Amino acid sequence: MLSFAETFQSKSKTISRRMFILSSLKAAIFIAIISRLFYLQISENIKWKTLSDKNRLREWRTVPQRGIIKDHFGKEIAKNTQVFQLHMIPEDVPNLESLFFRLSKIINFDKRTQNNLIKKLKKRKPWETIIVSDNLSWEEFSRLNLFLHEMQGIKPVVAVARKYLEDGSSSHILGYVSEVSVKDLETSSLLREINVPGLKTGKNGLEKSLNEGMIGQPGLQRFEVNAHGKRIKELKFIQGTPGKNYRTTLDIEVQKYAGELLKEKSGSICIMDIYTGDIVAMVSSPTFDANKFVHGISTKDWQDLIKNEKKPLINKSIAGLYPPGSTIKPLVALSALENDVISPNTLRECRGSIELYGHKYHCWKEKGHGVVNLREAIKQSCDIYFYEVARRLGVDRLAITANKFGLGSGVLNILNEERTGLVPSTEWKMKNIGKGWVLGETLLAGIGQGYYQVTPLQLCLMSAQLANGGYKIKPKIIHDEQTSQLNQDVTDEIFKQLYRNKENVKFVLDAQYGATNEPMGTSYRSRHVKSEYIFAGKTGTSQTRTITAEERKLKLKQKDLPYKRRDHALFTAFAPYKNPQYAISIVIEHGGTGSSTAAPIAKKIIKKVLDRHKLRKKYQTDLFQEV
Amino acid sequence: MIKQNIYGGVRSFRDKIFALDFILIFFVLLLGIISIFAMYSTEQGKFGYYTQSHLYRFFIFFILFIIISFFRIQNWYKTAYLFYFVILILLFAVDLFGVVSSGSKRWINLFFINLQPSELMKISLIIFLARYYYKIPTENVANLKYIIAPLFAIFVPVLLVADQPDLGTAVLILVGGFAVIWLTGFKFKFFLYSFFILIFLMPLGISFLKPYQKSRILTFFDPERDALGAGYQIIQSKIALGSGGIFGKGFLQGSQSYLDYLPEKHTDFIFTLFSEEFGFVGSTTLLLVYVTIIYRITTIGRQSRNNFARLFCFGFASAFFAYVAVNMSMVLGLLPIVGAPLPIMSYGGSSMLSIMIGLGIVMSCKVYQDEEIN
Repeated sequence: MLSFAETFQSKSKTISRRMFILSSLKAAIFIAIISRLFYLQISENIKWKTLSDKNRLREWRTVPQRGIIKDHFGKEIAKNTQVFQLHMIPEDVPNLESLFFRLSKIINFDKRTQNNLIKKLKKRKPWETIIVSDNLSWEEFSRLNLFLHEMQGIKPVVAVARKYLEDGSSSHILGYVSEVSVKDLETSSLLREINVPGLKTGKNGLEKSLNEGMIGQPGLQRFEVNAHGKRIKELKFIQGTPGKNYRTTLDIEVQKYAGELLKEKSGSICIMDIYTGDIVAMVSSPTFDANKFVHGISTKDWQDLIKNEKKPLINKSIAGLYPPGSTIKPLVALSALENDVISPNTLRECRGSIELYGHKYHCWKEKGHGVVNLREAIKQSCDIYFYEVARRLGVDRLAITANKFGLGSGVLNILNEERTGLVPSTEWKMKNIGKGWVLGETLLAGIGQGYYQVTPLQLCLMSAQLANGGYKIKPKIIHDEQTSQLNQDVTDEIFKQLYRNKENVKFVLDAQYGATNEPMGTSYRSRHVKSEYIFAGKTGTSQTRTITAEERKLKLKQKDLPYKRRDHALFTAFAPYKNPQYAISIVIEHGGTGSSTAAPIAKKIIKKVLDRHKLRKKYQTDLFQEV
Repeated sequence: MIKQNIYGGVRSFRDKIFALDFILIFFVLLLGIISIFAMYSTEQGKFGYYTQSHLYRFFIFFILFIIISFFRIQNWYKTAYLFYFVILILLFAVDLFGVVSSGSKRWINLFFINLQPSELMKISLIIFLARYYYKIPTENVANLKYIIAPLFAIFVPVLLVADQPDLGTAVLILVGGFAVIWLTGFKFKFFLYSFFILIFLMPLGISFLKPYQKSRILTFFDPERDALGAGYQIIQSKIALGSGGIFGKGFLQGSQSYLDYLPEKHTDFIFTLFSEEFGFVGSTTLLLVYVTIIYRITTIGRQSRNNFARLFCFGFASAFFAYVAVNMSMVLGLLPIVGAPLPIMSYGGSSMLSIMIGLGIVMSCKVYQDEEIN
């Protein structure tokens, strides 16, 4: 039996020994903890630092300011203006339903928009701002501000949005911008790269063609945010780059006037500078308000647009195809003269109709024109004479001249809705229809019917290239470095001589003078008497159907026919006659005859253009000084 | 009577003051100051509610620690059982009248303070076992007669606490208790056997766990399985720690805690915040402070002439170590997240009170190191 003291001693030793073992264990565990600290804080530091920054920093990209489109005089025709918007931060809204109810009393906020918004909300992070309404009226905006203190999580914002001229005369050329769609993202890598909420992209017209230049580069705002997504402070701000501005060749005053002249009609007016190729005006009617598309067009408005039989969404100036009718006659005459198949003195008797190849061909004038020479045939637009010209010329030689003067190919090649039209030839028919050419079709080609299909802008270009003495020009709608460079570099292409004998061109122009300014001329009633406005032009009436023998007997007036079956009225002209500057083409769909409908419009618009000529030239020199 | 206790013995009061372990006092004070700065940082550099009450508590409990130092060790020996049973009764009281907060019943409202008896049980169990084993010779430790009472003394409070539920504290009470048993010289093989039994009983034990406890354990093995839910805390903690680097982000610059990504930053994750701001260098320094405190406690135990003091000091040192190790391992992702505060650093009155009482007893072991217990 051990003594108490010995027991104490041994026990004390046991405890100390056990403590030593325990202390070693503790040391081992502390070393493990230090190793772990070392591993996390030193070895893996970069990884965790990155994650910490990812937590802490959040970047917002700001919508870049879109470039502005100006007219020839520097007037903004597609600009950025202030709009009033309502933004909402979902996580700050205590009760969405009651907020929506409240809002529906204050602003225009119906059930459907609400549901759309709820759908959108599900896909977003709760701290991301969502746009409730992007275009509030001033009344709505001020009312909202009045009741603002009663609602949480919403924020009235003054933002920037695209604004177009309200009259719509330039809607087709400019197109419009709208929200970036999935399809836009699929087709454009630029958009994929820079897409930010609220970014608008060009959907049509120049807005689409010049989109890449105009859209700009988004800015960047880097914030430190807390765990609840609240922005604590701004750490970095990179200003976005605004998009490039573009200056067009358009004269917005002429555009507006042309738009007014075409009101209630369906058709197009094109005006071109015959030397520079600048498009002064290009209007298609009926038109639409491009502003409606910017903030999302309503279903009703959209239905109205697509159901309208006059097709307001189509840019008829470049995408509308029409038989040129008699407006092609100067070109046919020129072609024939150039190919020496006729001379100005060739005579032909017109009795109102002629039998050829077993068919009866009519002149527009039932009684006939009597014996006419080439000048009279152009002036009075005698079909019988031109059947003969076409017969001698043949369709293929005509096609060569037509192609030279700009028919059958794109004029601007910048707007993707532009169509090329059709210049038929024997080869074309064989290739595309698989049948041989029929001589009767040559006759129809001679009066611009049959297979011939042109856009109003092509007619304008044809007329311009005749009016400038027969030289090739490159039409353009944008003033930019590229085109001015083009002017210098490709001089052999531009101003290339399109004729063989200058006298032939002169003859054709003189014949058009006759058509407008001499009695019996087809557009005599629309002539200007004041010498500075005197112009020369050629009317055209293109049939949209074959006139049957019965109809001919009934002598149906155009206005008695159903709208869709009425003829298209066309007119091409250049002005002033002495020292010409501008070419013009007018097409009025189902408008009756060229002389009764199209030519009077030409008279008015030509006066307008010539009145502004001096001013325009002044700005033109400015441009060249700039470059 | 208190007076008599303090001035008891042959030594003068002045001698007793000089007998204090000033190294331990210095490091406890240092830790306290560090903790107040850390708390200041959790409030983004504002002298706010948490910092203020942490400061007051530390001040009061530090004085308590010094006062307790002068209590004769013999009084602790005598009141050991009473202390234990009072706390045990409080634990039962928590079960009956406890205050429920965030899903668990841990607190009891004593009108002037919301007390967490489970924290105090950590310390009272060690005193209880130290007294119990004081009289039992080493050879008899493994005797069945002498093992039943300690096992009851350990498992009754552990089960009560685990039921609150507060798994972390339950584990820490258990570790403290077993540390004392280990020190008494209880055969190593029994520890080995019970370890194996524990392993075998694990699947059974898991079936008793609450769903949130299960998910915490699963999350421990793969935090990414629920990065925004159960795994969020540990992932954010590791991000904060790892991004601290060698020297840290600087005082008041810890973005993870400043921006609220770090959860529970006042309590269980205070080390994470500290480590984010002061980096590897700061963390190891803090660890060194803890090591020094534990080392001093162990030294005091070794220098003690009676085995009660020795058992208590060693037991408390081991328990103290366990608190630090479990908390750090937890925030470092080495252990599942169970609620375990970091001594003195973490916000919480009961936890600090318990630690300070423990330190006070240790200090009285030092002051009266030459006294025998009769």
